[in-house]
Amino acid sequence: MFESVLVANRGEIARRVIRTVRALGVKAIAVYSEADADLPYVGEADEAILIGPAQPTKSYLDVDAVMEAAKRTNAQAVHPGYGFLAENPGFAQRVLDDGLVWIGPPPSAMAAMGDKISARNLMEEAGVPVAAGTREPVPDADAAVTAGIGYPVMVKAAGGGGGIGMSVAYDEAELRKAYDTARTRAERFFGNPDILLERFVERARHVEVQILGLADGTVLALGERDCSVQRRHQKVVEETPSPGVGPELRARMLAAAVRAGEAVGYRGAGTVECLVDPGAQEFVFLEMNTRLQVEHPITELVTGIDLVEQQLLIAAGEPVTFTSAESRGHAIEFRVYAEDPKRFLPSPGDITVWDEPSGDVIRVDSGYQAGNKVTPFYDPLLAKLCVYGADRAQALTAARGAVDAFRIEGPKTNLPFFTELLDNPEFTSGEYDTALVDRMRAR
Amino acid sequence: MVSEVRAEMVANVWKIVVAEGDKVEDGDTLVILESMKMEIPVLAEESGTVASLKVAEGDVIQEGHLIAVIE
Repeated sequence: MFESVLVANRGEIARRVIRTVRALGVKAIAVYSEADADLPYVGEADEAILIGPAQPTKSYLDVDAVMEAAKRTNAQAVHPGYGFLAENPGFAQRVLDDGLVWIGPPPSAMAAMGDKISARNLMEEAGVPVAAGTREPVPDADAAVTAGIGYPVMVKAAGGGGGIGMSVAYDEAELRKAYDTARTRAERFFGNPDILLERFVERARHVEVQILGLADGTVLALGERDCSVQRRHQKVVEETPSPGVGPELRARMLAAAVRAGEAVGYRGAGTVECLVDPGAQEFVFLEMNTRLQVEHPITELVTGIDLVEQQLLIAAGEPVTFTSAESRGHAIEFRVYAEDPKRFLPSPGDITVWDEPSGDVIRVDSGYQAGNKVTPFYDPLLAKLCVYGADRAQALTAARGAVDAFRIEGPKTNLPFFTELLDNPEFTSGEYDTALVDRMRAR
Repeated sequence: MVSEVRAEMVANVWKIVVAEGDKVEDGDTLVILESMKMEIPVLAEESGTVASLKVAEGDVIQEGHLIAVIE
């Protein structure tokens, strides 16, 4: 194992990674921007380095600033968390070129999966089901119309993520508009103008499989997570196991995810995202995230495996510490965002009260505490509230108590939305799809 | 009728969509703000003419900041 790890991230995920790094007796090095100096993760690291001003491009996205911090602190390895530089193969290569260990998959696997068009084609060749769609970048709106994918169709940025630049079109006029919007955003947010089209599946569930590529080349699947509770194509609540996936479909999805990982020589933790048609019990590949996933704690709760620990062991070339990937019980994660609970608009501000629920079946991964300022520079995730139950009904009961007990004052939060969700018959029955939140908000 | 359009939250001004003197309809996008990795269009709440624009692209504005006046 290495002697020190630099965590190239901020907020809750930096704090969560630092926790495991330190538990393994490894020195944890944090980096932070001027806006984040007072956040808990900075104080909890063994060493912390200021890498620049609040703007992400001048701090957390600045490869030179991060590598300079690694050099100054003599860090032996870099853990990227998720977001920022986590899926940037150029950054991974730079870490390796500077003689450090990259706690993530090989840059070649990141590049193969980073472009949604190449990933889709690669998966099709590996025998993983994919949605009907374009095999080449779509150059303009006319080409989008003549591609003949049919309607409804999803327009996506090939280099995109986080739901940005994605929209659904139901006719030609909408498709032209969606194409132009997606293109602008693809250029602005991802520096890659390529656009792809995919046939859109209505009433679908978004289900993903956690994979782990071991140091010896074996790829394991550690169960699935249902991420169908979304607003603006971004996840809000996740649960495992998925209430919409039967045993036979689960077996096929896990096997396909292993094939996906094997096809790119995957190492470390990754996630294969799929769309599921629960009625037909069929699925198609959506994309692969080549890093630790935001919602990884629910997999940890049902398997008892610390995924960050396994990432570190795999990167160090050591065997993993678990013998069974079997899961027990049910876990749900609620992403507590600084946003108003009705329209989900951002709500930065000063946190005056922060009172987390606690208990045997509750896990809170938080990035903030009372006295911190939530700034407009980063995503709105304040904390991940996770609950465990022997079955789904018990997990829902635990969730109601935990949501009620979580008190945050200052920024508006979406906690009241969770109270509403836990009372929603579609959600509580388990028979929901990705349009659930839109239906809840339709007037 | 004069209507003042104000910011609902702390944000950066990403894009100015209209110019002073433009005719706008209720619901037209005036400017696009960005906060917490989200683009937030600011819409005209009534039809009229953009009498003044009080922000520039790249500005960081606070909640309640005057963005535009529609007459």
